[in-house]
Amino acid sequence: MNPAGNEKIDQRFNAIYKEAEKRRNEFRDAPVPKIHIGMATCGIASGALETKKAFEEALDEYNIEARIHTVGCLGHCYAEPVVVIDHPDSGFPPIFYHEVNAGKAKMLTKLFLKEGDPRFEHVYGAMEENDLIPWVMEFARFNREKRVVMEKCGYIDPEDIYDYIAAGGYSTLVKALKLSPDEIIKEVQNSGLRGRGGAGFPTGRKWELAKNTGEQEKIVICNADEGDPGAYMDRTILESNPHQVIEGMAICAYAVGAKKAIIYVRAEYPLAVTIVTKAIRQARELGLLGESVLGSSFDLEIDVFRGSGAFVCGEETALIRSIEGYRGMPRHRPPYPVQKGLWNKPTVINNVKTLASVPPILDHGADWYREIGTQNTPGTAIFSVVGNVVHAGLVEIPMGVSLRTLIFDICGGIPNNKKFKAVQIGGPSGGCLNEDFLDTPIDFDSLTEAGAMMGSGGMVVMDEDTCMVEVSRYFLDFTQNESCGKCTFCRIGTYHLLKILERLTRGEGEDGDIELLETLSKDIKAGSLCGLGKTAPNPVLTSIKYFREEYEAHIYEKRCPALMCRPMIAFYFDLDLCARGCDACATACPVEAVFTTSNRKKGVDQELCVKCGECMVVCPPEYDAVRKVSPPHLVPHIEKPPEKKKED
Amino acid sequence: MPKFLVDNKEIEAKQGTTLLKACLDNEIYIPNLCYLEGIDPPSVSCRMCFVEIEGERQPVTSCSVLVKDDMVVKTDTPAVRQLQRTGLRLLLSVHHVDCKNCQANKKCELQRMAKFLKVGLKPKGLERHLREIEIDRSHPFLDYYPNRCVLCGKCVHVCREKNGQSALTFSKRGFDTVISFYGVRDLSTLECENCSACIDICPVGALALKVTGAEDPTTA
Repeated sequence: MNPAGNEKIDQRFNAIYKEAEKRRNEFRDAPVPKIHIGMATCGIASGALETKKAFEEALDEYNIEARIHTVGCLGHCYAEPVVVIDHPDSGFPPIFYHEVNAGKAKMLTKLFLKEGDPRFEHVYGAMEENDLIPWVMEFARFNREKRVVMEKCGYIDPEDIYDYIAAGGYSTLVKALKLSPDEIIKEVQNSGLRGRGGAGFPTGRKWELAKNTGEQEKIVICNADEGDPGAYMDRTILESNPHQVIEGMAICAYAVGAKKAIIYVRAEYPLAVTIVTKAIRQARELGLLGESVLGSSFDLEIDVFRGSGAFVCGEETALIRSIEGYRGMPRHRPPYPVQKGLWNKPTVINNVKTLASVPPILDHGADWYREIGTQNTPGTAIFSVVGNVVHAGLVEIPMGVSLRTLIFDICGGIPNNKKFKAVQIGGPSGGCLNEDFLDTPIDFDSLTEAGAMMGSGGMVVMDEDTCMVEVSRYFLDFTQNESCGKCTFCRIGTYHLLKILERLTRGEGEDGDIELLETLSKDIKAGSLCGLGKTAPNPVLTSIKYFREEYEAHIYEKRCPALMCRPMIAFYFDLDLCARGCDACATACPVEAVFTTSNRKKGVDQELCVKCGECMVVCPPEYDAVRKVSPPHLVPHIEKPPEKKKED
Repeated sequence: MPKFLVDNKEIEAKQGTTLLKACLDNEIYIPNLCYLEGIDPPSVSCRMCFVEIEGERQPVTSCSVLVKDDMVVKTDTPAVRQLQRTGLRLLLSVHHVDCKNCQANKKCELQRMAKFLKVGLKPKGLERHLREIEIDRSHPFLDYYPNRCVLCGKCVHVCREKNGQSALTFSKRGFDTVISFYGVRDLSTLECENCSACIDICPVGALALKVTGAEDPTTA
């Protein structure tokens, strides 16, 4: 790039930035309260649309002038709908409110916006340091995180490109356009960035391979075909800050020499599709994409391709087939996509998080990035921590933090005084680790060593009431359904695993089943064609390795230690606790299995009981009389009085 | 021409030949179902043609490897046989073994592999899971027997080669995956009546000309 060209790029961008700054200042300095509402899918699912409507109506009703600013997700899904109210006249700092439903929205409008009372009982924390309200950064859920990729998520409006630009967005693309492709690749290589899709391949190396193919036409694909059960990092990033991904893609395309890029996002993410499509259009309109980006000689078109929801299409060769219009089935590698990818062109496929890491890396430099995380895996990891955990949601932490810190310090541990049992990392390809691994540092290598894997970032925390055999069965059911059916080991092998696990959870396990599961799993791992089959047995292998006694209890004692597998449990009422005359359980029972004993307490007709557990849910906590046992023959016998004949 | 060792026998093959083809051409049998010269990229889906190559950590599929000078290949190691036997047992565990009523009897690749690998046609240790699925009779001239099919995909390929578009395709997924006549709007435009490429290429008799009247077998 020549200096004159550089000047032109700067000029073009400065004009855009000025406009963004003007809009930002105008918004910021407006002498009215601002209401920031989290409107990503998680917020909307919790009722953010109703919350927004309630604010609008209440502002109208009380005749208050205020600005509503729709933002993405902060990552605090346990607290949705999340609202931050900035009411400068009140003398309070911007306040983070959690679980703001329509009623709360109305109440806050009246009492806080109108009358200046922030209603401390509903306050989560303040967004700035102050003397009145604890600052959120004093909480571990905030201050133990390190936000690189998600830094702007939840603060900017994903549907307004100027919001992103005013926050420093696209300035890295400007910087990149003034560098040579080799300089960019070198910087990314120096940063040590590894692909965040799961395999951890060095990103800079991938780019270099693609660049050096010497082919004229190259393609960049952003893989947003997120499909692990319980994982939603990519969706949240696309919904909360799509421009950072687009900027990363543009930098990648410039570095490898591609003029075409595709975002492959699953159609089940309608909001992400809408937002990212809009973002591309806005970037085009400002000349940040399209022909001659910012007046330079670099052209880039980005398209959105909607995947039809096959998990296997997250595998890069299947993803390519799917874009080409074929059935999404993986093919043998090599050739790798960087050699021969989409339409046989060299293709760089990177995960959403990988691409979104690129702008901060180029902005702050490789050395800055290397300081975060570990030697072998610099940078941050984003997990969607779900399951039996208090503060579920998205967490971005430096690599190398221990599982204990993540689960107990940051996410608040296990709710309801239950004990931690296992954590499943890496979804259907990952493994279940027990408490011995709580001090394992989180990075690609140590998780793989433990038998789990980083995966794309799904993390399911399980408490003592979880049956590990059932968890394995669940994951195998998933992989078997999602297997493309192409190769023998995955198609038939995982089916056998599933059928054996189904037998175990029904109490029909046999001697030798554990060994059969192990040998089959080993062969499936070695024999399968693609990553899906090669990793599908991991949940089985790790749960056998770390929870073997549970498998043995299912097989040899027909007992489910976690009291979860229905055919192996029975319910009864502890007659010392059961309250005379209480009918809660009998009313709730859907199959009339609850009967009244001769002294007006309750018993369960085991023949009728379907073990739904409703009685346990409704039994008043002051009695807490419902008990579960396994194996079912341990249930105490409670005499059922002879049925009285009804008299007409 | 690359020269290399397979089971201590020196072999020569043209540059660009797959290891599997080179072995088969030199009368070294490696079990295989989905390999067909000309499918590019090779489908590598049956996972039977494993061999060990010196320098590789674990067995690799010989259909996806091109011959190289000084390669040292072993086709008969415990690791290779373990994978092949498991693969075959998996295939047989879902195969409707009814050889005497099957047109492929005696020329069936499953029979050949079973004999070669010394695996019984009804292997013990794995439960049998036959899909509850009917014979697909939707095609005017062909019938498809899903519980015989090994999903090698050769029929899909030869049909496309011969007719420009394939009347056959994979459909459904996971364990339910089948070959079906889905997607071709007008079968009459295809030369099925005068072409039996798919039937001829099928290694296990899963595709057959329509049978009429009393001979019609009732089971899949």
